[in-house]
Amino acid sequence: MKVIGQDTQRVDGEALVRGNAVFADDIKLNNVLHVKILHSPVAHAKILSIDVSRAQALEGVEAVFTHKDFKTHYYTTAGQGYPEPGPRDMRILDSTVRFVGDRVAFVAAETLEIAEEALGLIEVEYDELPTIFDVEEAMTSNISLHSESGKSGIHDAAHNVAAHLDAEIGDIIKTLESSKFVFEGTYSTPFVQMASIEPHISLTWLDENNRLVIRTSTQVPFHVRRIVAEVMDIPVSKIRVIKPRIGGGFGGKQEILNEELVAAVTLKTGRPARIEYTRTEELFAARLRHPELVTFRLGFDKNQILTAIDLNILENCGAYGPHALTVMSVTAQKALSMYKAPSIRVNGDGVYTNLPIGGAYRGYGAPQAFFPLESLMDEAANAMNIDPIELRLKNIFKVGDDIPIAKILGEGREGFPMVLYSTEVAACLKQGRELSGWEQLRSEKQIGRYRRGVGVAVAGQGSGIPGIDMGAAFIKMNEDASFNLQVGATDLGTGSDTALAQIAAEVLGVSVDKIIVYSSDTDMTPFDTGAYASSTTYISGSAVKKAAENCKAMILEQGRLLLDNDKAEIEGTFVVGGDGKQISFEDICTKSFYTDEQKQIMGTASHMSYDSPPPFNATFAEVEVDTLTGTVRVIKIVSVTDAGQIINPRMAEGQIEGGIPQALGMTLSEFMPFDDKGRPINLDFNSYHIYTARDMPELVVRFADSHEPTGPYGAKAVAEIPINAPAPAVTNAVYNAVGVRIKHLPIRPEVILGAMSKNGAN
Amino acid sequence: MTIQFELNGHLVQANSLPGSTLLEYLRSDEIHSVKHGCDHGECGACTVLLDSRSVNACLILMHTVNGRKIETLESFSTHEELHPLQKDFLHEGAVQCGFCTPGMILSLEALDREGSEIKETNVRDALNGNLCRCTGYVKPVKAALATLQKSSSTGGDS
Ligand code: FES
Ligand code: FES
Repeated sequence: MKVIGQDTQRVDGEALVRGNAVFADDIKLNNVLHVKILHSPVAHAKILSIDVSRAQALEGVEAVFTHKDFKTHYYTTAGQGYPEPGPRDMRILDSTVRFVGDRVAFVAAETLEIAEEALGLIEVEYDELPTIFDVEEAMTSNISLHSESGKSGIHDAAHNVAAHLDAEIGDIIKTLESSKFVFEGTYSTPFVQMASIEPHISLTWLDENNRLVIRTSTQVPFHVRRIVAEVMDIPVSKIRVIKPRIGGGFGGKQEILNEELVAAVTLKTGRPARIEYTRTEELFAARLRHPELVTFRLGFDKNQILTAIDLNILENCGAYGPHALTVMSVTAQKALSMYKAPSIRVNGDGVYTNLPIGGAYRGYGAPQAFFPLESLMDEAANAMNIDPIELRLKNIFKVGDDIPIAKILGEGREGFPMVLYSTEVAACLKQGRELSGWEQLRSEKQIGRYRRGVGVAVAGQGSGIPGIDMGAAFIKMNEDASFNLQVGATDLGTGSDTALAQIAAEVLGVSVDKIIVYSSDTDMTPFDTGAYASSTTYISGSAVKKAAENCKAMILEQGRLLLDNDKAEIEGTFVVGGDGKQISFEDICTKSFYTDEQKQIMGTASHMSYDSPPPFNATFAEVEVDTLTGTVRVIKIVSVTDAGQIINPRMAEGQIEGGIPQALGMTLSEFMPFDDKGRPINLDFNSYHIYTARDMPELVVRFADSHEPTGPYGAKAVAEIPINAPAPAVTNAVYNAVGVRIKHLPIRPEVILGAMSKNGAN
Repeated sequence: MTIQFELNGHLVQANSLPGSTLLEYLRSDEIHSVKHGCDHGECGACTVLLDSRSVNACLILMHTVNGRKIETLESFSTHEELHPLQKDFLHEGAVQCGFCTPGMILSLEALDREGSEIKETNVRDALNGNLCRCTGYVKPVKAALATLQKSSSTGGDS
């Protein structure tokens, strides 16, 4: 292969490194209205009255919207499959508010300052209602957050259960009873923020034909079009969504966050509108990772082979349920796709509380699965006195294994059978063992104030959602043998435009600079479900490969016609007859445009897959615990990944290197506390601490040699997998260092100190 | 009040409203490389050079730039040529979404102009105010060391 596997420079790199005007906000709109949202200051209340007359009267205010301006229509803001797998429980503006940050009203004004001032002039009378912040309490409480009729898809509104999950294979009770060893543990993962550095920003205007244009920082342009059309009750044909360059998404932009608000302003006033979240709004009024309280029970036979995996999930959805069902089902699917056990069972409830809204965040429900699973595997290894790496090697799924949970749990419906065609997780473990200095660190006796430890964890993810995710591509040829590649796939800063260009270039036998990529514009590019669920390389990449093959077949066909030789074949960028005659790609296209057998040489294709081959990862963490203060310092992370054939090694490394600090943030530095009224405390980057250049440990990133037979050129996904294993690798290393088992993230020094003094280890 | 300052080599006059920030001015003047990420001096996306030192434009009140020299990434490259830091950022794959990139490059340029010895710890210190959620800082640090160690070893002032 010429292009696949090369460190091709990003196709959008030069524009980015120059700081060119490529992001959503980098255009100037004339006569633009600035939009600001009034967020609820209380966690649960009925709006008794809302008086906007003073705000409306303020000079420079063009429009003020409240729930009275919209008819009751329930939808979901989740940018995912359709019909949606989750509940429809949200209005654009509602007469009840359900968390601190919920929308009460929004204002459109000539300047941002006027819009902000107007918010302060809106008079709202709240009738405060009792609140629920705890998931277990929510299910037994007599307070119901979503009892209104007209909402749909809620599993059990009376008990605040947005979504429910259960599945069983084998007989879990019997199997556990007859197992030689049984281990049980309850663990929790917290609210964390995607924290893309570019906030959510959306701009709208009417084009010369009075169509609504939405330029927005989104991962899901086609879902934005569909949902805005529905909420605003206008035809899809009247909307164009453009995704420019995006300053990071990580799932936070797999959501229709504010697009419908600016659309409402533009449709009402005819004027362009702009909304940009502040960092504070990002932290409390965007989306967060769903916290989960997960209990695992693992059964083993006398040979330390798993007999049963039983898990119970309590997911905190916050005030509304976008992604409620699917995040939880990803937790279950990924937890049950790692190790082979004859009996498996899952029971899960996604529960409403008066807290911010859970959404999609890199890994989706998988980090919530692997923190508990890999912690309990570590406990089991210690208790059974076997090396944690060995225990994993004994129990992981192997090539050819059937993964039974995949068939039972799909995205909100039954799934599809799944066979593992590629896994190199054993190789990842072996390589990581060497690179981390495992043997030596494990055998060192730890004494003194600073104690080191090493821990390991493995994880899997998926490559797209089987039977659901679809991507399409269109390629047309130009007379200099360059090609326009148009894809619905959404590059949110990951480099997917470049990877897709590499795939097209490989098929067409040209260099990547001959591929001109244009992506994610609902008027100009074919459909794609969007950039989430690690789907772009695998699903959209396969569409590009097929489209390029179709285009290439047409080049050959034209070449044969022009040479008048139906045995001619493509060699490099020529069609060559055996008779010494040949014709270049350039000449084929030029003649096809202007003189002979005229037509446009082009190819289109779509791709959908019933397979979703899991990428795998083994992460090793070396930590140092200060036994005086209880603080944990991560010294080194070794992350070895099986992502199939790597399309672009440098970009793939970048995905891993970026995923690790996000996981370490959830483990050590990103705290999202609330006061007893449900008000968030950490509302800026000073208090919500994401990893900085100085915080970073040493990272060692490697890829296993691997080839996925169902993937484009053997590729699997790479974007989400690195975020799953670092948390349990770190907490397992903490256990190795000081004998304290962390069950609830983030790690708090006082918990370590408390446990150590209880253990008498200090 | 009307103020005067140098912006990317040109003398400009601007009307400074009380409380308005340099970030607001630059973005409204279509200086797109200067990004808005937090408004509170926490993310570094709005980094510019003020008399060769890196500062957060969101914290700089307009009236305080009177008579001073502002540089943004727009002045770093010509139509044909990229600045060495830009080249190495591209070459090392240090750009992912690219939203933090202009700020990082300016912080590194400021470090370079300080003239102190270039070590990894200095580079990390220089980048500490530039939050990046994509790269884990691995490739930006590598790119910075590639450029700055070259430039300091040749004594060049890039
Ligand atoms: S916008 Fe200035 S530091 Fe974040
Ligand atoms: S490259 Fe995306 S924030 Fe740094």
